Amino acid sequence: MIQHMMNNSDAASGAAIIVQDLTVVRGGAPVLDRLSLAVPRGRIIGLLGPSGSGKTTLMRAIVGVQVVKSGTIEVLGLPAGSRALRTRMGYVTQQASVYDDLSVRQNLAYFRRIIGAPASDIDRVIERTELGPVAGRLVGSLSGGQRSRVSLAAALLGAPEVLVLDEPTVGLDPVLRVELWALFRSLADDGATLLISSHVMDEAKRCDRLLLLRDGALLADDTVQGVLQVTATDDVEQAFLRLIERDEPDLRPTRETKRRTER
Amino acid sequence: MNLTRTFATAGRVLGQIRHDHRTVALLLVVPSLLIGLVAWIFVDTDYFTDIGPAMIALFPFIVMFLVTSISTLRERRSGTLERLLSMPMGKGDFILGYALAFGLLAVFQTAIAVSFAVWVCGLEIEGSLWLLFAVAVADALLGTALGLLASAFARSEFQVVQFMPLIVFPQILLGGIFIPRDQLPEGLEAISEWLPLSFAIDALQAVAADSESAEWITAKLLVIVAWIVGSIVLGSITLRRRTP
Repeated sequence: MIQHMMNNSDAASGAAIIVQDLTVVRGGAPVLDRLSLAVPRGRIIGLLGPSGSGKTTLMRAIVGVQVVKSGTIEVLGLPAGSRALRTRMGYVTQQASVYDDLSVRQNLAYFRRIIGAPASDIDRVIERTELGPVAGRLVGSLSGGQRSRVSLAAALLGAPEVLVLDEPTVGLDPVLRVELWALFRSLADDGATLLISSHVMDEAKRCDRLLLLRDGALLADDTVQGVLQVTATDDVEQAFLRLIERDEPDLRPTRETKRRTER
Repeated sequence: MNLTRTFATAGRVLGQIRHDHRTVALLLVVPSLLIGLVAWIFVDTDYFTDIGPAMIALFPFIVMFLVTSISTLRERRSGTLERLLSMPMGKGDFILGYALAFGLLAVFQTAIAVSFAVWVCGLEIEGSLWLLFAVAVADALLGTALGLLASAFARSEFQVVQFMPLIVFPQILLGGIFIPRDQLPEGLEAISEWLPLSFAIDALQAVAADSESAEWITAKLLVIVAWIVGSIVLGSITLRRRTP
């Protein structure tokens, strides 16, 4: 038993996010019902599911801005929403949450001061999100795709260890989408953990692991390969349908997070 | 509390407004225009001497209330507030940053309104102009602080706009502009004694007529300041990091 508990604390170091028995109620109806999952560090985890499946609510709960009915969430070993986490996490909402009546650079300069990141960070994130040519323009005059990149750039300030990105590629042209996924990959290579939601099943294949969410419950927690294998298909959309049909989720947490969630 | 974040927020709010020239112009000029209109209405009578000081209390108060409550509501609706509160942003830093930014605007707005009332509309001020200015600025700040507080309870633009008649109008009706407060029915007079705008109107009228001592006026001023501080504190307490 003691051995087991020690394993648990070891396991915790492998998981960036641990959700246990999370229940969230919105407008009188449960959006998430006793949800448990773990997200390993340094990976890209795709959170996929149709609109209304609870993706945004789960992300908000992990970031610590959602009122939670019951259950626990740990991020980097700390309770979600802890003060100490606020500089270590980056959060990008679905809607670009930046100021339209400020320039790109003014937006980033403001958020940088709030986070307390070095001044050089502004140029770094502008470069990484390729916003250089429009850095001096008012955000309100930019295209939707550019605005969402400004929102992403703000989340990259201070080089957070965990990034929670709610549909960051929605509405982007294919070239830009490929570039963004390359950026996400390079961030993960640098050690960041990325939880990225999408309702575009195509994007799943770019992730290391998948969380398939439907009606507030997990259909799958597995690698992309694993999900495709279990459902005997090479298409994530198809896999999603087959998982619904067979009425049994494909839950195969990684070795480093498994013991923790099964406790 | 963190001064860097408070000042960064104040600077950012002012930066946003600076990009919107029309808003700046409206903010600075509208109260003066309204005071001018009132002066014109009463140009053939002596009434302006009596109600002019109250107008200096009224128009900046209303304008600052509306502008502040709507701009913080906008922040709530655009998701930027949620982003800030997921960052190491103190709730007090946020509210105080707004109060500072709009407070600075209120100083300019009031300076223009007081100058316009005195030198263009010919409002006679028997007492100290500085004291008049101080009370007027505190009054505009009160509008800002109450606007910050109101927006904490509003979930939509519709609600915020209705908070104005709810919070502002009774203070105007009971402030002694329509009939002197001591002629109000007993119950209403008691209520009016507690309303912050009453203190501002009393103080401004006293300065204009030079009818009370500087200490009496300072006491009124301190009550207004207490309302400002109270609203800001309450506004930051009611701000929630977690929302349903």
